[in-house]
Formats: sequence, structure tokens, C-alpha cells
Amino acid sequence: MATAAVQPRRSLFARPTATSGFWGWVTTVDHKKIGILYGVTAFIFFILGGLEAIALRVQLAQPDMQAFGTEAATAELYNQFFTMHGVTMIFLVVMPFGVALMNFFIPLMIGARDVAFPRLNALSYWIFLFGGIFLYSSFFLGGAPDGGWFGYAPLSRIQPTTGMDFYAVGLQILGIASLLGAVNFIVTIINMRAPGMTLMRMPVFIWMSLVVSFLLLFAMPIIAVALFLLMFDRLFGGVFFDPAAGGDPLLWQHLFWLFGHPEVYILILPAMGIVSEVIPTFSRKPLFGYAAIVFAGAAIGFMGWGVWAHHMFVVGLGPVATSAFALSTMFIAVPTGVKIFNWLGTMWGGSLKFTTPMLFAIGFVAMFVIGGLSGVSHAIVPHDQQQTDTYYIVAHFHYVLFGGAMFGIMAGLYYWWPKVFGRMLSEKLGKFHFWLWFIGFNLTFAPMHILGLQGMPRRIYTYPEGMGWDWWNFIMTIGSFVIAFSVLVFLANVAISRKRGEEAVDDPWDARTLEWAIPSPPPEHNFDDVPVVEARDDWWHKKYAKRPTGEPARVYAGGANGESGGGGIHLPSPSYFPVIAAFGILVMGYGVIFYLPAVALGALISLVGFFGWVLEPSVSDEVGHH
Amino acid sequence: MRTPAGWRRSAFVALAGLLVIVGTACAPDAPQDYINYQKGPIAEEADRLWDVTFAIAVAIFFIVELLLIYTIVRFRARPDREAKQFHGNTKVEVILTVIPALILAGLAVPTVRTIFDLSSEPDDALQIKVTARQFWWEYEYEPEGTEDPLVTANEMHIPVDTPVFLTLEGDDVIHSFWVPLLAGKQDVVPGRTNHMTIEADEPGVYRGQCTEYCGLSHANMRLRVIAHPQDEFDEWRDDQSEAADDPRDALAAEGEELFLEGECINCHAVQGTDAQARTGPDLTHFASRETFAGAMFENTTENLRQWLDDPPAMKPGAKMPDYGLTTQEIDALVAYLQSLE
Repeated sequence: MATAAVQPRRSLFARPTATSGFWGWVTTVDHKKIGILYGVTAFIFFILGGLEAIALRVQLAQPDMQAFGTEAATAELYNQFFTMHGVTMIFLVVMPFGVALMNFFIPLMIGARDVAFPRLNALSYWIFLFGGIFLYSSFFLGGAPDGGWFGYAPLSRIQPTTGMDFYAVGLQILGIASLLGAVNFIVTIINMRAPGMTLMRMPVFIWMSLVVSFLLLFAMPIIAVALFLLMFDRLFGGVFFDPAAGGDPLLWQHLFWLFGHPEVYILILPAMGIVSEVIPTFSRKPLFGYAAIVFAGAAIGFMGWGVWAHHMFVVGLGPVATSAFALSTMFIAVPTGVKIFNWLGTMWGGSLKFTTPMLFAIGFVAMFVIGGLSGVSHAIVPHDQQQTDTYYIVAHFHYVLFGGAMFGIMAGLYYWWPKVFGRMLSEKLGKFHFWLWFIGFNLTFAPMHILGLQGMPRRIYTYPEGMGWDWWNFIMTIGSFVIAFSVLVFLANVAISRKRGEEAVDDPWDARTLEWAIPSPPPEHNFDDVPVVEARDDWWHKKYAKRPTGEPARVYAGGANGESGGGGIHLPSPSYFPVIAAFGILVMGYGVIFYLPAVALGALISLVGFFGWVLEPSVSDEVGHH
Repeated sequence: MRTPAGWRRSAFVALAGLLVIVGTACAPDAPQDYINYQKGPIAEEADRLWDVTFAIAVAIFFIVELLLIYTIVRFRARPDREAKQFHGNTKVEVILTVIPALILAGLAVPTVRTIFDLSSEPDDALQIKVTARQFWWEYEYEPEGTEDPLVTANEMHIPVDTPVFLTLEGDDVIHSFWVPLLAGKQDVVPGRTNHMTIEADEPGVYRGQCTEYCGLSHANMRLRVIAHPQDEFDEWRDDQSEAADDPRDALAAEGEELFLEGECINCHAVQGTDAQARTGPDLTHFASRETFAGAMFENTTENLRQWLDDPPAMKPGAKMPDYGLTTQEIDALVAYLQSLE
């Protein structure tokens, strides 16, 4: 490319121009590439979190095991593994998988060319990646976090290794990434919809993404406060949670769960959105009760703020507070039930095609019902005081987060795979994956209900003989290996598809929403012409109801935002600065724990990143025109 | 065409359901199985609520899952049928929203009533103060009128058919006191005072353990509640309220000397001697206990020797360090501890 004659502003470095290869990925600001980066990273962490789970299951396969060497080493590693398994699956797997799909598909489904703030999007990814690396580096720097994923004080403030320092700082870093993403998605969804895409015409996945983004926006600051207090307690002699100095351990629990319960909905709502796209497509019917599903999602989003103390039914809140939270917990089951019935209603009268994504979506509905019912039983406080902190709870949240969120995410991966990568996944291997996954899941987690009711507490690295727990523990360990095998089948499916998978057409599922109107994979600018939306499930209506106005109206480049046409499509150019700014935050993280002056260095690096960012035009003069 | 998938699913669900029922029904040796066994009125009261909830949940489970399976089979794609294009049905939607709400309201009433019932202090209860520490339990009986309260560890003795009102306190991290066959659990939160009531209606040994993750040996913080008929309990209490016996032989006397002049006295108490520290378990009647170290090990000579040799190797994170005792010293200390009946 020739250098432009006029160069109004200088950049710190020569502007990156690679659109593929290593630097192409590092400097990309394309929402689709960032979505893929998020997905691949989440999958790697899924493998790591899964390996931790396998280690836990091996240790618990029999009573009095010492799977990791001596008794002391076994206890230490087990406690690190269960903490990191939870932290990983929540913050590094389910959340980023949701973000991966939102990144890729929010612009495509609302008819936009990118998210509102492409470089902020890149920054969010790099902070997330560095946060994950930061947390996992703790294994090599004195021991991983070992205070449980909800890090109850005062234990979390006095655990002797640096593990909980990494927890406090690492989750803080991840929180920044989530906040940036939330702001970006909210602005994108509110401002960048194609003409005619009114709120009540938005696909349900977009609605759920919007609700989740608002939940993140309000929930992350709460845990940020809690984590700062913990960081001060651990590293700078604070006493916020030290009862001997007048601190209050329950303050941590209130802060943590006031974040933590909305977090549960942050994890599940994207999966509900995915299922609400997949089921109508393969039922060949519109969603049953669209408005009810949207309002139920929003209601869950609101009510989710009023149930946090049901995690605290045995801390001694007194009967009045306990009763209030028991009632709110029971009634949040109502909107959840509405969704289940609406998915059934969508299938009712349809013409169901049992493709792999549909199987995972139906699996989601079937398993989520179980998780929902056990959830209601926790609201029966006098009996929750028996169940809580036993394997019954572990069973419940795995039915919601694995049977729910992970089934939904898998449905989404199989559903959108052809659109993202331009190649089909094998249906045969996909179904094999589903059945292994389904059986392995139930083999691993259904017996946890029984064990919990037989009095097996969670978070114990060992148990003696004679408790009546041996048989089911052994079965569960076998089940965990079945799940692991099913993941290998998925990987094989991906590898084969990449190599010689059938090329995907634009709309392989005969689907309903805008992303299927464009090529697979989509061109960098997504839409040649910004679509004009005339109905909910617009693409379906364009295909099947040829109205007089059925011809797509031509809207010129950038038309969604009222830019005048004719100037070509402006896409933001790649940039080094997001990854530089994110790297500075990583340096600050290590600095806080090991060497305070390094915080200044990290801040300086970030500052360089942000200044370079500000001084650099979002669209370079040389590239970006199509 | 796709019927096999549907049938496989239903067969699996039925099988899983059956396993749940069979699995819970035949648990011959399950000392913490609170779902099949309740040995006191408090555990029973919670269990009654569960029975109702469980029945409703199972009914809903079968209705929804069977409806799902029916839908899958009935509306599978067939060449001769088109999908019906409808967007909703207000009447059905309202009904399906109101019914769950009514069921939940029905569950809410007895739940709230029971919450308030269980939160009040019973009349004429035996008072025991429980202190939870990493990773063991201390019990302090507060008898009316005696100046030296009875202090013991890990094994709590109670009379049957008498409510026991526990006052729970801790000073390191959060623990949770749980004896599943007698009552639900209650957290022990440092800086706060919590209460709970337990009651056994037949004599026996009830197992329990800490259920709030409390660090390295959380899994090894176990406990026992031993329920006696009232007269047996009174006898036990009288015995335990006395000071320790004198060492019964020369080896035990050597052990006592080691105990009082070595490190032991810094943390442990033996009533009737100079040892009065409360950091570790009170050992006044150590030999009368069946277990030690958080009710984790049988109180046998072999286990005691191993313990004194290197406590943290036997129980990770135990606060009692390895003092590098010689075999001779261990022999003497074991003899002394075994004389504390």
C-alpha cells in the first residue's frame, strides 16, 4: 500500500497491517476474530478445569486414598484443585464461552458491522487472557488458590501460601475484562441495531446478552470491592475481615453473594438465549411466547439481586431474614419455569429435526428441570440446613451449570460452527459426542444427589470407610472419564472438520435470524448492505413470506448509524495498543504480590498503551476500506 | 424415524430414577444418612418438610420429562407434516405461570412456620458451649453452680430425650457444626455467637463433621455425639467433673513430668495439675475417649504413638508440631495419657 500523502497524526509504532498470522490475531479488532480467540481460550481452560475435576474424582474414587503422594500433599493439592476447578469453570470457561458467542454473533444478529468499541473489545480479551494466565501461574509460584472459589473470610485472609493473593488479584483482573465487555455489548445492542430491528424484534439470544451485560455491569463492582478488601487484608495489613480487630467475616459473604448470585444468572442466561434460537430453528416454528421468555429473562435478572442470602441459611441470620430470602428464592423459580414451558410449547406442533445442536438443546431442557427442582428444595430452609455444603448442593449446581450452561454452550457451538468456520461438523460424531456427554454427565452428577442426602459433605479430600459412600463415589469417577472421552470425540470432530469437513453453505439449518443471510464464514465487514428488518425472525420471513416489500432495501455502507453512503465501508484497523495496555495490568498484578515497585512499571506500560490508543485514529489511512 | 433416540432417553431416565430409589433405600452402613434416618425431633421436623417437597418435585419431574419425551416422539419431522406456525397461547401461558406460583406458595407456609419454630430456645435445655478450632471441637458444659466447668473435646455426651442448646463460637475461621441424624447444621462464625438445638431420642453414637471448608484438614474435622439414658449421662458427668487421676505407674509418672515440663503444657489442660492452657484439647479424661484428633483416629496405643511422633504427617495442617520426641519419651507420654481415665 502506498503511503498516504497527508498524515495528520503520528502513531507510536508503525501501524500493524497483518490481517492473518500471529500478528494478525494479536492486533485484531475484528469482533469475529476476538470471538474465536475467546472461544479457543475458554476451551483450553475447559480442558484444564476438566483435568482438575478428573484429579478430584481419582482421589475420591475410594475411601482413604492418597492419590497425590503423602497425606499432606494430597490434602494440599486437592484443596488447590477444587478451588481452581470452580474458579476456572466459572470465570475462565462458562463466562468467556458466553462472551465468545456474544462477540461473534451480537453484531451479526442485529445487522451491525462490528461492536461499538472494537479496540475496547480487544483490550477486554487480552485482559481476560492475561488474567487466566496470571491465575494459573500461581501453580508454579508457591501454590494455587486454596480457599474455595467463594474464598470465605477469614480463612481466605490467613491461608499461608500466596495462592489466595493470586485469587484476590486474579479475579480483579478478570473482572475488568468482564466490565469492559459488558459496556461494549450494552452500547452495541442499544445503538447499532439495523434499521427496523426494534427491541421486541431482537433475537432472544440478544435479549439475554443484554440482560447479562447489565448484570455484569452492576455485579462486577461489588466483587471488585470485596476483592480489594481481601487484597488489603492479605497484602497490606488490613483487618476488614479480622474478627479479632472488629472486622466482620460475614461482610465478605454478603458482598460475595450479592455478586455471586447474579453471577449464576450471568452464567445461565446466555445458554437460555442459545437454546431459544436452536429450538425454534429445528422445530421450524417461531418461539412460543417470545414476550414471556424475554420478560422472564428480565425478571430473573431483577429477582436475581434479591436471593443472595440463600447461600447463607446456616450462618445465623435470624428467622426473619431467613424467611424473606426463602420466599424470594422460591419465587424466582416461577420465571424459570415459564421458560421451560415455552421451550416445550415451541416444540409442540413443530417438525423436529434432531441434529446435534438440537439434541444438546433438548438435553439442556431435560437436565435444567432437574437442577431447577433441586434448587427449589434448597428454599425449604429447615431442610436446606441439612443439604447445604453437602454433595446435594454440588449435584444441584452441576445440573444447572453443566446440565444447563455447558449443554447450552455445546448446542451453540454445534449450531454456529458452520457460520464461524465455514465447514460443517460431522453429525455422526456430534451425536456420539452428545450421547457420551449425556450419559457421562448423569453418571457423574446424579449420584451426588444421593451422596449428599447420605451426609457426604463437599470439599473433603478424603472420607473413611463405613460411611456408605464408596459405591457411588466409584461410579462418579467412572462417569467423569466418560465425560472426558466425550470431549475427545468433540476434539476429533473439530480436527476432522477443519481438515476435510463439508463446506458450509450460508444457511445450512434453514434458520431464522440475520447471521444466516450472509456467507459462511462471514466477510470481514459482515454485511455488504445493512439489512432492513421488517419482522422478528426476519431472515425466515424473507425466505418464506414473499411480501410485496420483500426485496431487501439497499442501505449504503455504514447506514445503520446514519453515515452517508458512498464512502466505502469503514472498519477499524488493527492496533497494538489494546494488548500493550492489557499487558501492563498483568505486570501490575505480579507487582502487587511480589514486588510493589513493579506496579509502577505496569502502570507505565498500560499508560503507554492508553496514550498510544488515544492518539491513534481508529481507522488508519492505509487500510480499512473495502 | 428418530424414535430410538426418544426411547433411549426415556429408558435412561427411568433407570436413573430407579437407581435413585434403590440407592437410597438400601444403605446398610450409613452413619450420616439423614434422608433415611432421623434420630430426634429436630431432624424429623426438617425431614417432614422434605418429604412433601420431594413428592411434589418428583411429580413435576415426571410430568415435565414425560411431556418432553412425548413432544419429541409425537412431533418428530415427517415428510407428510408441516410445522404449525403459532406464536403462543395466552391462556396456557397464564395457567402454567400461576400453577407453579401456587405450589410454591403452598410450600412457603410450612417452611416459614418451621423456620420460626426451630429458631427459639427450648425450655429446660442442657447448655453446652461449642468452640470450633482448626481442626477440632471443644465442648464446655455449663452446669449450674459448679465453679469448674466440665471441658472436653470432639466427643459430646448428651442425655436422650432432652433438648441440648448449643452456643457456638470460634476464633480462627468459619466452621460448621453438623450431626446429620440429630439436626441440620449451624455455622460457627468467629466474632459472632450462634445457637442451635439438638436432641436425640435414642441412645447411640452419632457421627458428624465440620461442613464449612476450614483449611487443610477440613475433611478431618469430625465429631461424635454420644447419647446416653439420663442416669448414665449423670454418671458420666460426675466422673468427668473430677480432677485427673494420679499416674498409676513409674512410666506414666515419667510421662506426667514430661507433660508438665515439656511443650505439652503450653497448649493442653489436665485438671488437677498445673496444665491449664486452652489452646489445644483438654486432656483431663483423655483415656475415656474413643477417638482423638478431631474424632479422626481410634484411641489406640499404636495410633497415639504415631501421632506423638509426627502429628501433621498423620493429620495435615494439625496445629501440634512434630517435637522430635524420642521413642522413650513417646512411651512415657502414651502411658501417661492412657492413665487419664
